[in-house]
Amino acid sequence: MEIFGIPTALLGSQLLVGLINGSFYAILSLGLAIIFGLLNIINFAHGAQYMMGAFVAWIALTRFGINYWVSLIAAPLIVGIVGVLIERLMLRRLYKLDHLYGLLLTFGLALIFEGIFRDQFGISGESYEVPELLSGGVNLGFMFLPIYRGWVIIASLTVCFGTWYMIERTKLGAYLRAGTENSQIVQALGINVPLLITFTYGYGVALAAFAGVLAAPIFQVNPLMGSNLIIVVFAVVVIGGMGSIMGSILTGLGLGLIEGLTKVFYPEASSVVVFVIMVIVLLVRPAGLFGKS
Amino acid sequence: MTSAFKPKPEFLRLTDLHAFYGESHILHGIDLSVSKGECITLLGRNGSGRTTTLKSIMGLVGRRTGSIMLNGNEIINVPTHKIAHHGVGYCPEERAIFASLSAEENLTLPPIIASGGMSVDELYAMFPNLSERRNSPGGKLSGGEQQMLAMARILRTGAKLLLLDEITEGLAPVIVKKLGEVITELKKRGFTIILVEQNFRFAAPLADRHYVLEHGEIIATITQEELPGKMDWLHHRLGV
Repeated sequence: MEIFGIPTALLGSQLLVGLINGSFYAILSLGLAIIFGLLNIINFAHGAQYMMGAFVAWIALTRFGINYWVSLIAAPLIVGIVGVLIERLMLRRLYKLDHLYGLLLTFGLALIFEGIFRDQFGISGESYEVPELLSGGVNLGFMFLPIYRGWVIIASLTVCFGTWYMIERTKLGAYLRAGTENSQIVQALGINVPLLITFTYGYGVALAAFAGVLAAPIFQVNPLMGSNLIIVVFAVVVIGGMGSIMGSILTGLGLGLIEGLTKVFYPEASSVVVFVIMVIVLLVRPAGLFGKS
Repeated sequence: MTSAFKPKPEFLRLTDLHAFYGESHILHGIDLSVSKGECITLLGRNGSGRTTTLKSIMGLVGRRTGSIMLNGNEIINVPTHKIAHHGVGYCPEERAIFASLSAEENLTLPPIIASGGMSVDELYAMFPNLSERRNSPGGKLSGGEQQMLAMARILRTGAKLLLLDEITEGLAPVIVKKLGEVITELKKRGFTIILVEQNFRFAAPLADRHYVLEHGEIIATITQEELPGKMDWLHHRLGV
């Protein structure tokens, strides 16, 4: 079977790869968007926090025999708590300064975290086995689907849309949206905004770590896994526009798919296509596809 | 002391309140007091420090010194989000309706801080327009609707002291009239109110006392009874 002269198995598998990458883009850019919305800080440590999620899961498995399912909850919690400490002890001191300082601080933290993990574990990469329940695959007729990859897509979409629902439909989400618009007034109305900010940063960081645990069995667990991915994620965020929650999810998924398609039709461009789109979007619509100017 | 006796206990007292934004010194020692159930106004030209006085009570200025006693508690060092819990409702000049929240989400956003607040149904009865627009995004409401919403939002929480900053600014006469009726009703319900008003004709019949500010200081206090005799002086001072 062929479509446009391309075997469907190839097309299908590249679309699947695109969808997987898109799922990671979506979770990571969602976390960045939430943090930026309330804190006005571009969290440059996001990639390192994603990497830490994967490493916490790997350490838990290899040193303590703690399985994937426990890590899927525990690793985001642990890395999220590290995020809470970063916010309380460091970021909090910078809110009155230019946003650039928050960016510089988180960039420095990313380098420190990566340095520590490189020092401890080297850069050759560690492998993390696919959990037994999700190993193997199914033949869909036109292509072979590894079950774990299907799980990654379902899990990340569930978390993304769950987060969207929490922000758009609950009281806590209303506090967050209001705080994003005008945190001073929200505070004057009696809402504990400093606590909300801490929680939001911790949650955004936990999302990155969750993506890291999902990624561990697919990619190598490597201290640099985050910095490779995060550059693309920043481009995704620029394309989608910083302001929109749903925008960051849809842009992440969409760009993953576009990347996958490019691999099929013009493989040479597949690693730059996201950046080409970013340039075009910046020229035509600087606020991003879903952003408010 | 201008009145012969004080009928009700004091609810708010500012003593030697100074406020700063960065290097600029905005308030130069404000002293004022408001009794329970009283309605006072802060009058003055633009930049005289009226809005800053309200913001200082809420902890929304850079730095404050002096004393703010609220219902017997010193709140000068209390963080902003806890001040509302002492029973203060703040309606800012810019209204600050959240554009991405529906009207009803805006209305129910502030947490209930004490019993005795008005219910959502009571508020919709008081502001029927809001009832019709309850599902509209805050950003799509008209100026008058936003103003009513900014008022209604602080009446639900059980706050007993209302700080209302320029609530009639830029609104049509029919809406200003409606807001006047609302303030009269709120006084009947026993709210303590501080009005910052440019519109003197709106504020004059509502207030029990008027504080006149100039350059961050209070230069006069005028009671309702003294007002007719002071009109010429006030007009001169306010430039109205």
